[in-house]
Parts: sequence; structure tokens; C-alpha cells
Amino acid sequence: MDSLFAPPGQRWQTVSPQLRALRRLILSVVLGVVGPLSAVLAGVLVAWWLAVVVLAVAVVVFAWGWWLIDRNWRSWGYAERGDDLLVTHGVLFRRLVVVPYGRMQFVDVTAGPLERRFGIAKVQLHTATPATEADIPGLTAAEAAGLRDRLAALGEARAAGL
Amino acid sequence: MTAMVGPTQGPEPHQEPGRDDDPQGREPGHGFGSDATELRRLHPVTPFLKGWKFVAVLVAIVGQQSFRGTTLRVLVAELAGVLVFGLVLGACSWWFTKYRIEGEDLRVDSGILFRRSRRVRIDRLQAVDIVRPVVARLLGVAELRLEVAGGAQTEAPLAYLSEHHAQRLRAELLARAAGLAADTPEAPERQLVAVPPSTLLASTIISAPFLVAALGFVVVAVTTSFVQQIAGVALLVPWALGGVGVVWRQFVSEYGFSVSESPDGLRIRKGLLDTWAQTVPPGRVQAVEIEQQLLWRPKGWVKLTVNVAGYAGRNTEGPTSSTLLPVAPWPVARALLQRVLPDVDVDRVPRVSAPRRARWLRPIGWRFLRYGSDEKVFVSEVGWLTRRIAVVPHAKMQSVRITQGPLQRALRLATVHVDTPVGPVDAVALHRSSDEARHIAEAQAELARHARKLAGPERWMRPPDSP
Repeated sequence: MDSLFAPPGQRWQTVSPQLRALRRLILSVVLGVVGPLSAVLAGVLVAWWLAVVVLAVAVVVFAWGWWLIDRNWRSWGYAERGDDLLVTHGVLFRRLVVVPYGRMQFVDVTAGPLERRFGIAKVQLHTATPATEADIPGLTAAEAAGLRDRLAALGEARAAGL
Repeated sequence: MTAMVGPTQGPEPHQEPGRDDDPQGREPGHGFGSDATELRRLHPVTPFLKGWKFVAVLVAIVGQQSFRGTTLRVLVAELAGVLVFGLVLGACSWWFTKYRIEGEDLRVDSGILFRRSRRVRIDRLQAVDIVRPVVARLLGVAELRLEVAGGAQTEAPLAYLSEHHAQRLRAELLARAAGLAADTPEAPERQLVAVPPSTLLASTIISAPFLVAALGFVVVAVTTSFVQQIAGVALLVPWALGGVGVVWRQFVSEYGFSVSESPDGLRIRKGLLDTWAQTVPPGRVQAVEIEQQLLWRPKGWVKLTVNVAGYAGRNTEGPTSSTLLPVAPWPVARALLQRVLPDVDVDRVPRVSAPRRARWLRPIGWRFLRYGSDEKVFVSEVGWLTRRIAVVPHAKMQSVRITQGPLQRALRLATVHVDTPVGPVDAVALHRSSDEARHIAEAQAELARHARKLAGPERWMRPPDSP
């Protein structure tokens, strides 16, 4: 582990495992429908062995996706410091963004119907430039609301003109 | 902070901040178009000017129809109908568009079916431009554009006002934005740089787009002289016109480019046919780029481009309104830069080169990747044919990012981005060693935090303590 994406303190604040669960559910549903359906189609239209191949591919993709989702979920991390928020993400293309609270223009908390079901929400921090990309998905609803309020209060306290 | 732009909920109580410093001892706030006056309309010539474009489009459509054998009388009737329709529409739109200054805001009401009342907070102005297209110049009118951050286009264009009114309104808006009395006369200005037409023309001719076009022209000309005349000429004529067009457009839009300084900020004037007068108040420049093309090097010419929050996201005139100086020798540009970013000497900022292993990602350009930082600014350099130096004052940094792709990880490299509001300038320390990158980012966050504390007030003429 290199120091480039090391946490500022002991460790990164992680996002809720519910995010991983939600993504895995979506993966299972999509592959659970698409896999058997295309296998049946292949079996009826071409040959039975192709159906087996298709099913095998679906299983492999499923396993790979299962693992990928975990890896991606683990890569998320954030840390609140005295003057700025740090967000890190990405496995292949990694990034770390440092956003000073005083630069914050507004904070969004969004949650879709499935996310609400899983009790998670996404916090988005906006500065005067879209390049900032400080989004944290998969926070529990309470965490998200708390973070939003803390960020808004800190942003107010340290606000700077453009 | 994003300027407050949007529909309002009915009239607000008039806020009148005390203006004891009124030089003429008049009632405060009774400047041009201020609270006490009626909502004002735009210049009555507006529907004719605006309708003109609309009519031109429809004339083209009607013209196409005439090829399909419509008689002359029908054609004339159609044209007259379109003309009347365009003028009536323009007149309605003119009738319903009104503006005035209310307290701290400029209010602009518009729309025929869908009414819109927009308020722009004057203290959040990023720039004020007076644009005069050639037809408007002939009629003595001008468009006033107020640029605020966060808008996708010019959020409050007032087209058209009489030239006199446009100037007075600009003076009042700038005075109010600065925190002075509304009827403070227009600030005196001092010219800093003027670009002579000969330099502008020469720089355009030896610029890359024109040279590529010229080279292509020569190649095609030589080839066709060996093969066949007619086909070659058919190719050459549009090619030559295209090449000349590039130079012409550049020359016409940046003819007579001058930059002046006044307490209101920088005033940029340019244009041969359509003229622009931009005013960028102090502290509104978010980042500057110094660009030097290959063939400009013997002359020592550079071009300066700026990020101003209000000019972002504009497609039509985007690149032109971001130009701070189209061409000038470096000492001149450097002096101007010191006016825009006080106490900054770009040449003195110590630079660090990228590590040698960056050559695997940039075989030639890696030698020219540099970054530097002092207590005032962050500087990054990139490019070997066209050199680009981006300068971002620490106080203007929005956020700092580290990114690392798979190839970069294999080479233990990482890129540090210093984010500023959208614009042509991109400050990036490319391919730094990964041990160094985190330090750069952390140091940058710390410098920016410190610089923000010392930053000047948004209302630049007021002392920092007063509200």
C-alpha cells in the first residue's frame, strides 16, 4: 500500500455494506433474467450445447461481477478534516479529491426508490466547478443527513467568495 | 458562491443600505434605473434588430420555395407576411421585457406567454460586457451582458439599449458591485496594452491553424498541376477561402485589442465590425494561461487566456471572451499579468520537472512537464510545440484532485489537478512521482486555505469589515 491514497488519519470512513448488497442484487436480477433467457433462445434457435455455453458465460460474468462490486465498494472512502473533506474512489483509475469546506456551493442528498429500500443515500458536494467530483454514494440515511448538516454548517462558517 | 439567479416570489421590501459617502449629497440610490424609477424598457429599435435574424432565416426558406415554381406575387406576399409576423413577435417581446435595479438586485422581466422575472445579485457580478454588433453600431445601440457564475449562458443580456444608457447602466452596476454610491461617475481608465493590427495579423498568419491550411493548399496545388486542372481548382478555391477565412475572423474579432485598467477592473476592448467592451472587476480572474506557439517563439510572443466564472459554458463566443491578450511580447504580457494577479511574478516561481520515467507516457513532451508553487500561485507547464503555462492563485482554487490510471500506477506516477471554475485554463501537474503527488495536493490545500483568509472583499471598494 503506497502513501499516495493513504487515509489522513487512522483509516478511511467506509460506505455502508448495503451499497454492495444493492449492487449485487441488481447484478443477480439482471443476470438471472438475461442469462436463462438467452440460454433458452440459443438452445431453441441453434443447438443445446450453445445454451450450456451461454449459461456458463453468465455464471462466470456473475462471479466476476460479484467480486468486482466488492472491490469497487471497498475502494470508497472519505475523511472529514478540520478544513476539508477528502473523498477517494476507484480501483483501476484511482482518485482522491480534497475539497475545502469554504469552497462548497451546495450539498445534495439523493436516494432512489431502491436505495431508500436499502436505507442508503448519496451525498454530493458541489463547488463552483463540475471537475470537483466529490460524490459519496451508499451512506446510511442517518450518516448522509449528518454529513450533509455538518458540511453545510462548516461551509457556512468557512465560506469564501468566488 | 453561486449568484442568486432565478424566479422571485413577488416584490421584496426595498433594502437600502446606507450610503453616506454620496459625493453629491443626493438621496442615496437614486441613480439611473434605480428603485425609485419605473421599470424600464429596452430601446425601441430592438424588435427590428432582433427580428432581422428571424426574417433572414425565413427568407432563406421562402427562397428555396421559389425554386419550386411559386409565382412572384405569392413569394412577395409570403415575404411580407413573414416580415410582419417577425416584427409583431419582436414588438411583443420588447413590450414585455423590462428591467430596473431593485436594492441589491438587477431585475429583468421578460416573456410573452411564459413570464419570467429574474433577479441578478449585483455583488455577484463576474463581468459586464457591452457588445455592439455592426448593425447595432449603425443604429447607436448596444447589448449589455451581465455575467454571473453558474450560468450556462449569459444570464442577463439586455439587448438592446442605447449606447448612452448601456454605459451609464454599466457604470452604475459596477459602482454598486464595488460597494459605492449608485451615481458614482464612471471610473477613469488607463490603457495598459494595445495590440497593433500588424502584430495581430502577423501572429494569426504564423499560427498553427492557418499554416496547416496553407500547407494543405500548397500540397493540393502541386498535385493538381501534375494531374488535372479543373478538379484541382474546384478544390483549391474553397480551401483558399477557408484559410483566408480563419485569418479574417481572427483579425476582425480581435482588431484594435486593448486592455485598460480602472478601479472597476480590467477593461478589454476589441473588434473591427462587431465591437466588444468587457469589464472584469478585480479579483474575478480565476486562472490565467500563457500560451506560446512554436513559430511565435522567435518573436517572443505569447497569448493570455483567463478563466472568469461568468464566461464559462458559453459555446458561441466562448473562446473569444476568455482572451485577455491575443498576442504580445512576453515582457508586455508579464507586466499585464502582474496587474491581473498582483504580487505574482510567474518567472520567479520555482519549477520542478516531471520524473524521467514519465517519458514512457509522453515520449517527447515529458521534458516540458513542470509544476511550481510559491506562496501566491500554483503554476503548471505542459507542451513542447505549443507551450502552455497555467497560473492559478491559491485563493481561487476550488478543490485539488489526485488521479492515477493503471499505466501511471505501474510507473509510480500520478497526476495532480488544481480545479478552478470552468474555462479554457486547466492547471494540471501531469505525471508526478506518486510519492510527491500526495505532498503536492496536501501542500496545495494548505496554501489555498491560508490564501482564502487573506483574500480581498467581494465588494472591492469597501473595506473588508463592513457588510
